[in-house]
Amino acid sequence: MSNALVTVPATAKRGEIVEIKTLVSHNMETGYRRTERGAPIQRDIVRTFSCTYNGVEVFSAELHPAISANPYIAFSTRATETGQLVFTWKGDNGFVATSTATLTVS
Amino acid sequence: MKSAKNKRMKTPQAASPTRRHFLAAAASVAAAAALPPPVFAQATRDLRGTEKDMLAAIAKASGGRPVTTGRVKLDVPPLVDNGNTVALSVTVDSPMTAADHVKAIHVFSERNPEPVVMSFHLGPRAGRAQVATRVRLADTQTLVAVAQMSDGSFWSGSAPTVVTIASCLEDI
Amino acid sequence: MRAALLAALLLAYAPAWPQPTADQPPAGRRSGYEAMSRETRAMQDDDAANPATFSVLDGAAAWGRKTGSADRACSACHGEAQASMKGVAARYPAFDAARGRLFNLEQRINACRVENQGARALSYESRELLALTTFVARQSRGMPINIVPNERSQPHLDAGRALYERKLGQVDLSCAQCHDQNAGRHLAGNPIPQAHPTGYPLYRLEWQSVGSLQRRLRNCMSGLRAEAYEFGSPELVGLEYFLMWRARGMQVETPAVRP
Repeated sequence: MSNALVTVPATAKRGEIVEIKTLVSHNMETGYRRTERGAPIQRDIVRTFSCTYNGVEVFSAELHPAISANPYIAFSTRATETGQLVFTWKGDNGFVATSTATLTVS
Repeated sequence: MKSAKNKRMKTPQAASPTRRHFLAAAASVAAAAALPPPVFAQATRDLRGTEKDMLAAIAKASGGRPVTTGRVKLDVPPLVDNGNTVALSVTVDSPMTAADHVKAIHVFSERNPEPVVMSFHLGPRAGRAQVATRVRLADTQTLVAVAQMSDGSFWSGSAPTVVTIASCLEDI
Repeated sequence: MRAALLAALLLAYAPAWPQPTADQPPAGRRSGYEAMSRETRAMQDDDAANPATFSVLDGAAAWGRKTGSADRACSACHGEAQASMKGVAARYPAFDAARGRLFNLEQRINACRVENQGARALSYESRELLALTTFVARQSRGMPINIVPNERSQPHLDAGRALYERKLGQVDLSCAQCHDQNAGRHLAGNPIPQAHPTGYPLYRLEWQSVGSLQRRLRNCMSGLRAEAYEFGSPELVGLEYFLMWRARGMQVETPAVRP
């Protein structure tokens, strides 16, 4: 089951700013909801997101319950050299999701 | 004299209702949706935050340093389709060079149960100080974005939005 | 004689109530897409931003996965879905002449699983069934809805139309009263759509998940304080059939996004 979707252009010119769109499949249970019987439903959210580019972190974020289910994060990075972009999401209850993309820079 | 009961007699079922009947029925649906949650033995909790909570959170993020309005553009629809998923983007006016760039962008809410919505960490490699996400909004409110610059200064921008279907406040 | 005279008098004075018409001219049909904000439309338009894409991807994986006692994948018989499933969702629900009943897409997928793969039927609204349905329906995206009733399916269309026009629940409203007579107006701040099911299964912001047309219909019935028909019931499938027929000619948008 795929739980992370990353959209990165396959190629870019050196120095060009590249747009990246990411989606992760996660309910983002806020911790404010209650069951029909009134029992609280425990918080269970994605807490952090990071993007590394050939091992160097170029972007990160901290998420809170106010982020919608199936978190969408869009950002940009400069195409510096050909390499691997690694995206990692971590959350409550040991949640981890990763995705990688290769960017060819000419 | 005709009794009031006679006047309230319904028209035959086979006929379609009058516009007035429809509006009354529709209003009752809308009214039911607008009613606060039922009060049981415990008082109903109002989870919504206040402007004070938000200002305290902003002060914490800026370490008490002054926050100047400007350079930060927060985009959010003026009227949202559904408070569960609201597109939000922040753009900061910055050259994003090693000497002069945005280090972090924090988004705050004044009416959500919690004032901090999200924090983004950038740097010169971002190329552009622009981020987008989708957030939950618990009420009509003003959102604030604060940018932390590499020179230690803090800047902010805000945008109001109207929310008719709220997130976080419903129990189920 | 007196009774006939009385009846004639009553008929003469009966107001001309507007007919709850359920058949808008093609030019007048509007997808719920048009009532959404620019941002929500952008979510639907961009597969990279649409959470329903996960369902499509899961469905694609399930399509190629061997399953059941026959140890056979969908692809074993149907090959590439992009080719074999093109146009299928656009003509569902469909009347199965051999079995003498209507099938919606979910029921057809389950029937295939049970009969041809020796697999168990998937539960309605299960992640797996939604994934397969979304994936199959996605192959009709952009194509016009094509429901053509015949002599045997017409009674089901008529039953679906009757349900659409029937007042339901404690709120005592029919689908037609909102979606035909008051479409375009607002209820509690939200625009009332014409209710054409062009994009199902879809990601609904209210659900924060992907769901089927029947889930939406049941929500609406509960909203009217009526007891909703069960998933897969002939009443709901008949209503689906009528709604898709009513939307004929409109483009399939699956997987759509709606508030």
